[in-house]
Amino acid sequence: MKRSGVVISCLALMTMAFLYLPLLAVAFFSVNATKYGLVWKGFTLDWYVKLFSNEVILGAAVNTLELAVISTVISTVLGTILAIGIDRFPWSKRSATSLDMILHLPVVIPDIILAAALVVAFGMLRLVSSWFEPGMLNMVIGHVTFQIAFVALVVRSRLDAVGKDIEEAARDLFASNTYLLRHVTLPLILPGIVAGAMLAFTLSLDDFVISFFTAGTDSVTLPIYIYAAVRRVVTPEIHALSTLVLLATVLLVIGTERVSRRFQQR
Amino acid sequence: MANEIEKNLHLKNICKSFGDVRAVDNISLTVPAGSFFTLLGPSGCGKTTLLRIIAGLELQDSGQVILGSEDISSLPATKRHINTVFQSYALFPHLSIFENVAFGLRARKFAENDIKKRVTPRLEMLGIESMCNRLPHQLSGGQKQRVALARALVNEPDVLLLDEPMSALDAKLRAQVQVELRSLQQKLGQTFILVTHDQEEALVVSDTIAVIRNGVIEQAGTPEEVYDHPTSKFVAEFLGAANLIEGEFVENRFHSTLGSFQLSTTPTWRSGTVAFRPEWTRIHESDPGGNSFRAKIREIIYRGTDFDIWFEPGPIRVRSNTYKHFKVGDQVWLDIAPTDLVVLDA
Repeated sequence: MKRSGVVISCLALMTMAFLYLPLLAVAFFSVNATKYGLVWKGFTLDWYVKLFSNEVILGAAVNTLELAVISTVISTVLGTILAIGIDRFPWSKRSATSLDMILHLPVVIPDIILAAALVVAFGMLRLVSSWFEPGMLNMVIGHVTFQIAFVALVVRSRLDAVGKDIEEAARDLFASNTYLLRHVTLPLILPGIVAGAMLAFTLSLDDFVISFFTAGTDSVTLPIYIYAAVRRVVTPEIHALSTLVLLATVLLVIGTERVSRRFQQR
Repeated sequence: MANEIEKNLHLKNICKSFGDVRAVDNISLTVPAGSFFTLLGPSGCGKTTLLRIIAGLELQDSGQVILGSEDISSLPATKRHINTVFQSYALFPHLSIFENVAFGLRARKFAENDIKKRVTPRLEMLGIESMCNRLPHQLSGGQKQRVALARALVNEPDVLLLDEPMSALDAKLRAQVQVELRSLQQKLGQTFILVTHDQEEALVVSDTIAVIRNGVIEQAGTPEEVYDHPTSKFVAEFLGAANLIEGEFVENRFHSTLGSFQLSTTPTWRSGTVAFRPEWTRIHESDPGGNSFRAKIREIIYRGTDFDIWFEPGPIRVRSNTYKHFKVGDQVWLDIAPTDLVVLDA
């Protein structure tokens, strides 16, 4: 019993190491005072300073954030409406199941398929309007299409947890639809909405495939920049940049965790 | 108060099916204003569906709901002057106790000082005014139930619906709350409709009990009527315990395998069932004559205040507090007065 416990703990630790050592290595090289090679030459923040004076990178960072913020706002609103619509409207059993499946599809469909489909779709839309030239608009639409499903799934599980009793009680106590939504449903599912939005934001932040297929020359994001840069040579600036993106993601995940835990105590 | 007296609740030919299941099957009944009415039945009998139809949370397939002189059949819950205490209480977890109780007033845009004037006395009446700033999850089950009650009563509904409000309380608290609920209803003079599967609860609180089975009212009447004069096997066995004997009615006497008995009422059938309560039966060591038969004690079960004694043939159950003279295996006579033998409908 005790020995198997030790073995399992070791295996768990090794798995963790497998997951996190490459990431730690990147962080390690981002503060190593040598441009090439794997030897430790002392601590430096030079690469970070250089990073922040590189206008191409800064431009990519701005693009990334712009894309993430806009697409997250849109997908959170649409995803929440979708979730409420699916969960609270009295669908027949059959349409409820098919709606469920349609909702899950974007989550399991490979990004590359979705990206290729978007390329075709935008190609056709370009025949109608020049708005759909590769660029920011296409990227926002592309990101929203896969984010909606994630937001809707998270919000829906929250709606499920809240249950219908409380909404029935509100109706019984003379609440109109808008009063019910504003004073009961939305406050109660807010943790789900916030968690869904944070998930959507992280997904947008590090999406490469869909951005790559829909981006124009002036809407390069960090993942696209890193990909292009790595193909030439891996510089310590890239390590620094990757470390920062990683840090931002970790902070977001911790934030989401905190928010959902605080609301769960109720 | 005056206009509440006119507001009787009438249900006319209410039907409701879920798929192939007829949850409510052509139920008609009248709940007099100011009375405590109980819908009693086993789980799945349709009593909660009926309550939800009265509340407006479920739409009947056919039939009418009439409150006073107004047909409210198609009004949604939001527009009905009827409030509900839910089985789960369904308190708003993000609102304080005060705001929970004030919800129905705020939703109807009452003025702030009016809200305070109405909410505070309700909180005081139910003894929860000291917790008005707490959140529901900080309250015990009994306190939550009081909040749910206050939240419904503060709206002074024409009818208050209670959906198994005591099922989450422990036995001791439940008994206490039953008495409180009864006196609260009498003090307020409002119409209460309670749904429960607990026959004891129904007997304690109600003016009228409607026993429901498979979506149909099996029998309705005062607690005394349904307990003392059940008309069917189902009602006899669902309310309290009952011994049922089958036999034939020939020449003004009821003949069964236990013996022949004199009845106080003449049955409409020739062959059927009569019932008697375990606590109405007397035990004798020698033949007392009259409506008695010989039986052997099979088992004696101690219940605290009294004993359940099981006899054969039968099994016949007798409830007594004077068992001490008897032991398992004794041959005795059981004696039932003719008026205590209830003739059931065929």
